[in-house]
Amino acid sequence: MERRRVAVTGLGMVTPLGVDLGVFWKRSVEGYSGAGEIRQFDATGYTCRIAAEVIEFDVNAFIPIKEQKRMDRYSHYALGAAKMAVKDSGLNPASGNADRMGVYVGSGIGGLQTLETQHSILLNKGPTRCSPFMIPEMISNMAAGLIAIEHNLRGPNMAVISACATAAHSIGMALRSIQCGDADVMLAGGSEATVCPLGIAGFASMRALSTRNDDPKKASRPFDRDRDGFVMGEGAAVLVLEEWEHARHRGAQIYAELAGLGMTCDAYHMTAPCDDGEGAARAMKNALADAGMNADAIDYVNAHGTSTPLNDKAETLAIKRAFGEENARKLMIGSTKSMTGHLLGAAGAVESAICALALRHGIVPPTINYETPDPDCDLDYVPNTARQKPIRACLNNSLGFGGHNASLLFTAV
Amino acid sequence: MGLEDKVKEIIVDKLGVNAEQVTPEASFIEDLGADSLDTVELVMAFEEEFGAEIPDSDAEKLTTVGAVNDYLKEKGFDA
Repeated sequence: MERRRVAVTGLGMVTPLGVDLGVFWKRSVEGYSGAGEIRQFDATGYTCRIAAEVIEFDVNAFIPIKEQKRMDRYSHYALGAAKMAVKDSGLNPASGNADRMGVYVGSGIGGLQTLETQHSILLNKGPTRCSPFMIPEMISNMAAGLIAIEHNLRGPNMAVISACATAAHSIGMALRSIQCGDADVMLAGGSEATVCPLGIAGFASMRALSTRNDDPKKASRPFDRDRDGFVMGEGAAVLVLEEWEHARHRGAQIYAELAGLGMTCDAYHMTAPCDDGEGAARAMKNALADAGMNADAIDYVNAHGTSTPLNDKAETLAIKRAFGEENARKLMIGSTKSMTGHLLGAAGAVESAICALALRHGIVPPTINYETPDPDCDLDYVPNTARQKPIRACLNNSLGFGGHNASLLFTAV
Repeated sequence: MGLEDKVKEIIVDKLGVNAEQVTPEASFIEDLGADSLDTVELVMAFEEEFGAEIPDSDAEKLTTVGAVNDYLKEKGFDA
């Protein structure tokens, strides 16, 4: 059976670089850092006191106050992003067959802030004071459910959870659901809201976070020799994915084609990537094979590029292993986490949106804060300045704790 | 603030309704848009505010604003 094609027809962003899609893209190209000192709680005494928070999101513009109170912040972001994505796509779910429209939006961690708040209530006031909304607020699948309620989307609905590869897997599963005919339209992406005491403390204890507290805007520096960890980001991104003919029939804008998915596991360590990048390389190769394309057809790789010493080294090796040394040197490789911070379970969706926009506009956003080359990271990372160049196809890598690797392949229309 | 005003304040806060809607006859589910989780949360808020303990067998009878006022007064929580 021939597989159906999938178009990217809508984008919705709630990010540290802005909430409006145009603003988000402008800042991505300009090399704007969304990082700063943590505002959401007093981080005095924490080894990491910086994050890339969402500061321009007006939740009241998207969700009535009563509803807001029964949702975690991660759901606020997800609903906001989904609403904007639907609007951007011009799709009116009510005028189509909503039984064939679904939602795969996950969260790497879910409602951590809710868990934290309710645990304090449990300790201070006892078990009978815990909110009846605690469980529905914190579970990682609730955003997908809420988005479906909001838009009355009655098709496939779930939340894929794979840490920092959550959104990429969600988008990949949406691709498959449309390709094989389970759905015609899928809202896919991820959301995360973990800038809270437990979130920062937990990742800091792993030594995963940058501690460049005196210079937050320089802290996320993927592939730079002096990188010292990631900067936690927050927010959500949702893509509207649509069966090709469905999109064309209604005259929809098409940003790009989602043409391939590769998924693997390192099967190596809970949190460390395998040293030689073998697992991530196979994910990239699988994505190429899935799309029926050769390595030399790819112009841009939006890397996972977290700014941790281990990831960026292993991912560089993985890209060389997947593309071959010669092709790897011709690639433009970028980590937009240098600007957005690391949105964990939302990262793959933010970066998929960037891929779609890069293909449409022929511009590759920069890897900012790249100052000192690292001998272990010796490819073209599009340092500090965006590059205007037509792009035929690009890959988006997401690598999650647990060894989950997902690579998505987008092509220009 | 009297008991009825306090009850009204909690309902307005938890259910996001206007104070004028909170009449003694108003049913939480029929008139004020509450669902089953909202009603649990409301009862917890009354317990918290008045230092009361409201068993589930009593809570399920508290379906209107007036029923809550009467119940709390009967139990001696009139402020």
